[in-house]
Amino acid sequence: MDKKISEEKQNNLMGKNASKLAVLEKQLDELFSRLEVVKNQKGKEKVLINIAKTRNKMKHMKYGGVFSKEAKRNLVAYSFIAPNFIGFTVFTLGPVLFAFVLAFLKWDGNNPMEFAGLDNFVKLTTDTRFLDAFVNTIIFSAATVPLTLLCALGLAITLNQKVKFRNLFRTASFFPYVASLVAVAAVWNMLFSPANGPVNMLLAKIGVAAQNLPKWAADKEFAMLTVILFSVWKSLGYYMVIYLAGLQGISRELYEAASLDGANGRQKFKSVTWPMLQPTTFFVVVILTINCFKVYDQIYMITQGGPGTSTLVLVYHIYETAFKTWDLGYASAISVVLFLLVLIVTLVQFKGEKKYVNM
Amino acid sequence: MKNKKKLKSSRLFLYAVLIFLMVLMLIPFIWMLSASLKLDKDVFIFPIEWIPGKPRWKNYIDIWTKIPLAAFIRNTSKLTVIVTVLQLLTSSFAAYAFAKLNFRHRNTLFLAYVATIAVPWQVYMVPQFMMMRSFGLNDTHTAIICLQAFSAFGVFMMRQFYRNIPDELCEAARIDGMSEYKIYAGIMLPLSKPALSSLLIFTFVSTWNDFLGPMIYLKSEEKKTLQIGLRMFISQYSSEYGLIMAASVISLIPVLIIFILLQKYFVEGIASTGIKG
Repeated sequence: MDKKISEEKQNNLMGKNASKLAVLEKQLDELFSRLEVVKNQKGKEKVLINIAKTRNKMKHMKYGGVFSKEAKRNLVAYSFIAPNFIGFTVFTLGPVLFAFVLAFLKWDGNNPMEFAGLDNFVKLTTDTRFLDAFVNTIIFSAATVPLTLLCALGLAITLNQKVKFRNLFRTASFFPYVASLVAVAAVWNMLFSPANGPVNMLLAKIGVAAQNLPKWAADKEFAMLTVILFSVWKSLGYYMVIYLAGLQGISRELYEAASLDGANGRQKFKSVTWPMLQPTTFFVVVILTINCFKVYDQIYMITQGGPGTSTLVLVYHIYETAFKTWDLGYASAISVVLFLLVLIVTLVQFKGEKKYVNM
Repeated sequence: MKNKKKLKSSRLFLYAVLIFLMVLMLIPFIWMLSASLKLDKDVFIFPIEWIPGKPRWKNYIDIWTKIPLAAFIRNTSKLTVIVTVLQLLTSSFAAYAFAKLNFRHRNTLFLAYVATIAVPWQVYMVPQFMMMRSFGLNDTHTAIICLQAFSAFGVFMMRQFYRNIPDELCEAARIDGMSEYKIYAGIMLPLSKPALSSLLIFTFVSTWNDFLGPMIYLKSEEKKTLQIGLRMFISQYSSEYGLIMAASVISLIPVLIIFILLQKYFVEGIASTGIKG
């Protein structure tokens, strides 16, 4: 609405001044041609000043002031955005766009780039390390998402009861999420140390034979499980908080009504809590899945992708390809695959959001 | 009577479950603390001696000379403070315009922000590194700052918050002849304390704990952050358990303090935006 009016105003102004503008435009053209003829420095400067003046005049005519109200408003707004936007464009938006270009190039970072067409993507289909990484990422996510979800929901429901020291409990269960990964991974490695870690000692004590004790991160069969358990423990508190917010949004009346109907705890959960939490669950699944696709740090600190390729994931493979073998184009091709995975989840999220808004 | 008894036993059960869960969540930290006060050879003694008979406080003194821990902490603190301040200032500034001002290309520009939130950093970390390197920023703290300070997330989160502040407030101030800058500083900023606090903790914690970024960029030892310094120490002296745990405890303290001070905002922030993972 606002825009339309100001556009009309502009058109009016332009109509009135059209003839004057035409004259000025001619002058400007003349000045430009003179600029090419004049050779000495001083003369050139004079012409340039004249050009600037004429341009200013034209602006004046076009917008009815040195700056129209609208231009001023835009300028103020841009001045608010600029500090962040410049940084954002240079350091985020630029690299994002470049990533998609790089996937079609061959580059080692030193020699000139070469166009590679689809070579990088063709290579993906035969690269067994990539295929392993892809499968492992999916396995990791498929196990971590439901496990974290269940634990977070369980914990949230427990911590939503009226219990003493509730806030203390909440804080405690949230702490692993904010704790430094390096530090907690160091403890985890010691706790799950195959030879003398407390976890295995405990297992031995309850009767697991010494040769059956899992070697955890050092064992092909158990390495992924170790990373999954660690990830669940580390991020559980975050999703619990989201669930707590969801639980607090359920109206008490629903529970009271269920009680009147004689529902027990489990029935209440099935017919009130779970259905009412559906939007929250949906949201948690989306965020959780995206975060699982991006997993790297945990893997690096606990198994370093090994043993063999048993815990190699996509981001780990990207890191190695880029910063160890310097095959930057190929690394970007893997990144594009990662992006597509995330994109699928994001699109599902958009669809779901529409559904839950309409609910 | 019977009902009451049943209620009591179910309460008891609830507490039992709760305590069990809490122990599971916190055991690694307790073990860390306990091991940090032990000799290396005592760390793995089983059954676990939770409270060491002779606490070895020396671990907490030795660690400072074993690795340049003070320098690591200084680097991390410097980066964290600069990134957090820049992030809060620039994103609340930009978010004000996106939420409360009408201007050309607003939606297009905002779309650019939203679209990049959907792209994980891991997807563009490689081209970003090459770009920083061509700027001569490899192995500098500036690179880490540029990397972290201008996130789309901050702008997005602040904008969501500002949108919930009624427009009439700004209109009234405009009629009074206040400039947009004054409205931002005098009205919006004071009102957005909860959102700012959430963003502050998110940024603080993620910068303090960031691993992959500093690992890619920082090569020389005197520039390393606490996280990669700690990691380096762990892989070099993997059997100095007591020292490793002491260093780990130290690295957790600042986050613990900030977290306890501002945890209310943290929880609110997640509950209301829930985006940062």
